[in-house]
Amino acid sequence: MSEPTTARLAVQPAPGPHYLIRGASILGGAPEDLVVRDGIIASVGAAETAPQDQAPLETIDASGLIALPGMVDLHVHLREPGREDAETVETGSRAAAKGGFTAVHAMANSSPVADTAGVVEQVHRLGQQAGWTEVYPVGAITRGLQGKVLAELGAMAESSAQVRMFSDDGHCVTNAQLMRRAMEYVKTIDGFVAQHAQDADLTGWDTDHAAQMNEGKVSATLGLPGWPAVAEEAIIARDVLLADYVGARIHICHVSTKGSVEIIRWAKQRGIQVTAEVTPHHLLLTDELVRSYDPVYKVNPPLRTEADTQALREALAEGVIDVIGTDHAPHPEQAKECEWNQAAMGMTGLETALPAVQHAMINTGLIDWQRFAEITSTRPAEIYGHTHQGRPIAAGEPANIILVDADASTTIHPETHATKGRNSPFRGVELPGQVRHTFLGGVPVMLNSQLTGPRSAGGAA
Amino acid sequence: MKHLLDTQALAHRDALAILDTAEEMTAVSSREVKKLPTLRGRTVVNLFFEDSTRTRISFEAAAKRLSADVMNFSAKGSSVSKGESLKDTVQTLDAMGADAIVIRHSASGAAAQLAASDWTDAAVVNAGDGTHEHPTQALLDALTLRRGWSRAHGENPRGRNLAGMRVLIVGDIVHSRVARSNVWLLRTLGAEVHLAAPATLLPYGAETWPVTIHYSLDEALREAPDAVMMLRVQAERMGGAFFPTAAEYTRRWGLTDERLALVEQLRLGATDSPALILHPGPMNRGVEISAAAADSPQSRILDQVAHGVAVRMAVLHLLLSQRQPDGSLDE
Repeated sequence: MSEPTTARLAVQPAPGPHYLIRGASILGGAPEDLVVRDGIIASVGAAETAPQDQAPLETIDASGLIALPGMVDLHVHLREPGREDAETVETGSRAAAKGGFTAVHAMANSSPVADTAGVVEQVHRLGQQAGWTEVYPVGAITRGLQGKVLAELGAMAESSAQVRMFSDDGHCVTNAQLMRRAMEYVKTIDGFVAQHAQDADLTGWDTDHAAQMNEGKVSATLGLPGWPAVAEEAIIARDVLLADYVGARIHICHVSTKGSVEIIRWAKQRGIQVTAEVTPHHLLLTDELVRSYDPVYKVNPPLRTEADTQALREALAEGVIDVIGTDHAPHPEQAKECEWNQAAMGMTGLETALPAVQHAMINTGLIDWQRFAEITSTRPAEIYGHTHQGRPIAAGEPANIILVDADASTTIHPETHATKGRNSPFRGVELPGQVRHTFLGGVPVMLNSQLTGPRSAGGAA
Repeated sequence: MKHLLDTQALAHRDALAILDTAEEMTAVSSREVKKLPTLRGRTVVNLFFEDSTRTRISFEAAAKRLSADVMNFSAKGSSVSKGESLKDTVQTLDAMGADAIVIRHSASGAAAQLAASDWTDAAVVNAGDGTHEHPTQALLDALTLRRGWSRAHGENPRGRNLAGMRVLIVGDIVHSRVARSNVWLLRTLGAEVHLAAPATLLPYGAETWPVTIHYSLDEALREAPDAVMMLRVQAERMGGAFFPTAAEYTRRWGLTDERLALVEQLRLGATDSPALILHPGPMNRGVEISAAAADSPQSRILDQVAHGVAVRMAVLHLLLSQRQPDGSLDE
C-alpha cells in the first residue's frame, strides 16, 4: 500500500522568514493571531502567547480578513502537455495561487492523454517545479479517453505521481460494463473514479448535431441542438447503481441539473458511496445568457435554468453536493471568437471561484464560512485522501491558509488574470470577496493579491 | 433599426414599416425600368456560407434594383474552405467598404455574432442562420398573407397587420428557421398561429411558444386556418430517425390531394375567397405537398418569390438610406 499523501508530497519546511498573521477571523469567527513557522501553524491565539524562538517574525495585518484553509480543486484543465497555447502547468498554477487554491487536480485530457505513468509523472513534476500550488494529475480511465479499454490505472497509481483519482472528464464512460470494471479495478488501488455524466446518444456526441446548450425554452427559440437534463441524470442513476452493486466509490463531476440532485440525494440516503461536485458557474449562470450567442457561455455540461441553479445551491448547502470544482477550462481566443457551434466548450474559473461562490452561497445566507471551508477544502481533500490539505486552522497543522477580504468587491477583468485563458463568463461583472494572501505550506505565494514567488521545489523536485 | 437579425425582437412598428415599404417596392418591380437610385454608391455584400441560390439571387436582385453595388462571397472556393475564420472574412469585407452584409450561415447565431462584434460597422441582414431564424422569409410570407387577406376583404393592405388571420404551419418545425421567424412575426402582427408536426419534429420547449400545437394535420385543418404553410422536409430527416418513412410522413402530414380537397373548402375569414397555400421552397413534390396542391389556384408560392425581392429591397432601403458610413443612423 501507498504511504500517506503527506509523505508523498514531501512538503519542505520553509526556510527564511516566519509569519505572524494578526487579527484574522478564522472561518469567520473572532479575530486571532496566527504564527506560521517552518510550514506549520505554530500557534493560534494572542501573539504574545506564541512560543518564542530566535527566528524573526514578519507581520501580516489580517484585521478584517477571514482565514480559511487553502482551497482544493478536484477539477481543473491545465492543458499541458499539448496545448501550451491555452495554459501551462505554470500559468494554471499561478491562477490557482491567485484564486486561493493550495491544491488542484489536473484532468487527463491533455495531448498526449494522461493515460500512462509517463504523462502523469510529467504533469506532477511540472507542478512541483512551478511551486505555486500542489498539482495532482488525474489519470484517464480509458486509453486515450476513447471509452474502449482501461488505461494503465495501476501503473499511474504506482508512479511517482501516485494517482488516486481517475476520470475521462470531457468524455463520459458510456459503456456500462467498462464503467463497472473501472470502479472495481480502481477500488483495489485505493482510488476512485470520477464520471463526466453525459449520455452520448442523447447529446448527439460525435455527430453533426452535437448538443450545443441546455435543451429547453431557450434552445427551442435559438435553434441550437439541445443537451437534455436527462442525458446527465440517466448516467448518474446508472453509475450510482453500479457503485452500489460493486461496493465502490463514485464521484460525479460538475452536477448541473435539479434531477441529478434528486438522484444523488436518493443514493446517499441508500448509503451508496457517491460524492458530487458543482461548478461556481452552474450556481450562478443560466441558459438565458446563451441568447447573446457569445461562445464565452458555451460550456459542458451547459448552463441550465434558474430552477437548476436554485436546486444546486440548496443541495450544496444541505450536503447532497459535497464540493466545489471549478472545471477551469482555459481556451485561446480564437477558440471562442467564432461561430457558437464551432466554439470550444469551457470557462476559466480558478480566479473567480471564491467571489462567485461567496456571491451565490454566502451573501445569500445559504451557508457560512465554516461550510464554505468544507465545500472548498475539507471535503475535496477527504475525497482525494489528502492528509495535509483541507485541515483545520489549528496549531500543528500544515500552513495551507488563505486570507480573504469578504467585504471587498471587484469587477472581473479577465485580462488581469494569471491564467492564459480570457474566457471568463464573469467579464465586467462585479463580484464580492477577494483572496488577499495565499500560504502554501507556510510560504506566502501571494501577498496583497499579488503573486510573490513560488515555493521552492527544493529537495522535492 | 440598425440590423435585421431576427423577427423575435422585431417591433410591430418596424415590421409594418418594412411591409409598407415593400408594397412600394412591388410597384417598382412591375415597372419597365425596375430600378431606383436610392442606394447608388452603397455596397451590399452577400456573404453566403451555405448554398442557397434562390435567396442569394433574391437579395442580389433587390440590391441591384436599388442601384447598390453587389459583391457575392460564397464559402465554396473561398478562403473559408481553407480555414479562414468568420472574423477574418468579415474584417476583410469591411475593409473593402461593405455598407451592408447579408449573411447566410449554417451556424445558428452567426448573424447576431457579427452584429455584436466590432469586426464591421456594416448593417447586418440575416439571410438564414442555422436552425434559428430567416427573417426576410417570414416578412415575405407576411406580405403575401397580408395581400391575400386585404384583397379578399377589398381593403388597402398598407398600414394593417394580420389580426384576424389563423395561419397553420406544417412540418419540420424543429429544424426550420422559417418556422421560427414566422411564429414570432405572425404573432407580432396579430395572427393566430397553429403548428402541425410529428412530436419528433417539434422542438422540446415549443409548448412555451404562443401557438397551438397539433400532432394531426387533419385535426389542425378542422380548425379552419386562413392559410396553410407547408415546410420542406429535408432528405436527411427521412432515414427513420425522426419519422419512419417518407411515405408515412406524406400520409400523415403531407398536403395530399385528399387534404387539398379539404383546403379547397376553407375560406379567408368571412369572405368567399379561398384560403391560401404557401411553401418557402424548394418543394419536395409528392412528399410534403402534392403536385396538385403546389399548382392549385390557392397556391401563392410564386407570389412569395416575387414578394421576396420587394421585401429585401425594403429591408436594404430602410437599413441603408438613413445610415452614415460609420454605422450611425440619421435622426
